[in-house]
Amino acid sequence: MRMLGRISRKPWMWSWTAAFVVWFATIMVTGGASTFDLSQAALTFAAFSIIVGIGQMFVITLGPGNIDLSVPSTMTLAGTLALKLMEVDNAMIVPGLVIAMITGVGVGVVNYALIKALRIPPIIATLSVSFIVQSAAIWTNRGLRIKPPSFLADFTTANTLGVPNVAIIALVISVFAWFLLEKTIYGRWISAVGQSMPAAKMAGIPVDGTRFVTYIFCAVLASLAGYLLACFSGGAALNMGSEYLLMSIAVVVLGGTAVAGGDSNVPGIWGASLFMFLVVSMLNTYGLGAGIRLIMTGLIIISVIMLAGGRAR
Amino acid sequence: MRLTYSAEAVRLAVPALSLTVLLAAVFWLQPRAMSYVGLNLLFNLAVPIALATIAQMLIMAVNDLDLSMGTFVSFVACVAATFLRDTPLLGTLILAGVVGVYAAIGIVIHLRNLPSIVVSLGMSFVWAGLAVLLLPAPGGQPPDWVRALMTAKPPFAPMAIIASIVIALVAHLLVMRSSLGVLIRGVGGNERSVERAGWSVLAARAAAYGLAGVFAVLAGIALVGLTTSADANIALRYTLLSIAGVILGGGEFIGGRVSPIGAVIGALTLTLAGSFLSFLRISPDWQIGAQGAILIIVLALRLLLARIEKREKAR
Repeated sequence: MRMLGRISRKPWMWSWTAAFVVWFATIMVTGGASTFDLSQAALTFAAFSIIVGIGQMFVITLGPGNIDLSVPSTMTLAGTLALKLMEVDNAMIVPGLVIAMITGVGVGVVNYALIKALRIPPIIATLSVSFIVQSAAIWTNRGLRIKPPSFLADFTTANTLGVPNVAIIALVISVFAWFLLEKTIYGRWISAVGQSMPAAKMAGIPVDGTRFVTYIFCAVLASLAGYLLACFSGGAALNMGSEYLLMSIAVVVLGGTAVAGGDSNVPGIWGASLFMFLVVSMLNTYGLGAGIRLIMTGLIIISVIMLAGGRAR
Repeated sequence: MRLTYSAEAVRLAVPALSLTVLLAAVFWLQPRAMSYVGLNLLFNLAVPIALATIAQMLIMAVNDLDLSMGTFVSFVACVAATFLRDTPLLGTLILAGVVGVYAAIGIVIHLRNLPSIVVSLGMSFVWAGLAVLLLPAPGGQPPDWVRALMTAKPPFAPMAIIASIVIALVAHLLVMRSSLGVLIRGVGGNERSVERAGWSVLAARAAAYGLAGVFAVLAGIALVGLTTSADANIALRYTLLSIAGVILGGGEFIGGRVSPIGAVIGALTLTLAGSFLSFLRISPDWQIGAQGAILIIVLALRLLLARIEKREKAR
């Protein structure tokens, strides 16, 4: 237990503390008037980065060089295909979800097939795949903006007991991911592969199978996030995934997951995702322009990583 | 002796071969491209990409990765289109300053042992913000000398080709033939042994980042010379293009294994892929996708040649 405390508490404390400080600094300006609205908005928007970030975290845990760059295009393609299939029909919600999932599985399979068969570094493999997936999305989208079915549109924008529905979905996925990582043999395998691939191989761990499943898992989560985001924002846009490329990597690393792999951290993703949204809304509240906002966001990311992630040589 | 020669040759052979095949295909599809003007049009936009690729390669040589390349080149383009034209002295000072920032990033990453991916991710927001502050809307104009340089029409070969060759040679001398270059690649290969040998790894990393900053600044200036105006999002693609260019050119993510000539060829190949696809009359929807496919094919080719080489060695 003490071991668990030492390993897991420290990394995610940083992102939670940072998120809380920013949250506090924002509500102080408004005199506490918007506390509830701000928290609700933060949970809603953070939910999407949490879902994408958890997938990316599994991939990053696999070790150095493992990063999935196809996340944004997978989100776009899944959202586009699902909305096209559903055609504003409430009865088609489940088939829409299924087609989004299939998209994710397909992208994941192709990603890992390239990494394995052609021995391409994952960054380049997922980058090439993302080009192709992006093209497929452009081709199917054709500038059309189909509305989501009314039930889904209401569901993704509504709250249950004051908590946004998308945040509840993100919570369920997070608990599932935490269970996978901490309580199943698969989770141990991922960490083992991330710490040392040769050692994992010698220990008899199915390295290829583990990596294969992980890349599929990441792509499926990305497509689920795309499905939800498309419904939430009232239609699939071609650039809807683009901000999630850097975002997914940022929340993973700020959340305290080791970039070198082998050590992951689910709660940290929540802290980091809330933090990333709250920073932007804080700077908005202070009435700063887009340029200053971007600069501050960057400087804050760098300060957090310097405080939390650095080890003096 | 023959073996080392062939290993280096294979590293360069695949990029060179891919470029040749692609070029032949373009000529076959559109014979009129086989001219001074045609070649210039084909490779014009390759010059800034090649410079950015060299910059990325220097960072990759010390086992790091720069995710801010695209926004940094965009920012430099904005500076070049405003300050460098209106107040050359101030513009030069700013550009020298940001090269210093690059070196400082290298120092910070080394001292605090930070993941370069995250630091450069943060910096990408900073550069994007600065660029938006400078040019909220597309605009500006390149300095006349930059415009003149980029549109010059030297005899025998078009500017784009000459510039690419010069970039490749300078980078080759710097990275493969100078002692600083050996040191930088040594840090990528085995940091500890470089340290034990009495060299300062800190200085080597700072130099690699500083040099990368210089090449990235040149990329931004060259880009503005070609486009005649700048905006804050002008070069966002460069982050991924530059990484892909290094890998296409035979470089690797870790181990300090890079090839400057290969990197320039990789950048040319990526640029040419775009033109090739429009000559094929592929629907614009699929242009990006086909670029991805070409990337995959070239890398498959590289694997094939590496296997053949291994078999030769085993014999």
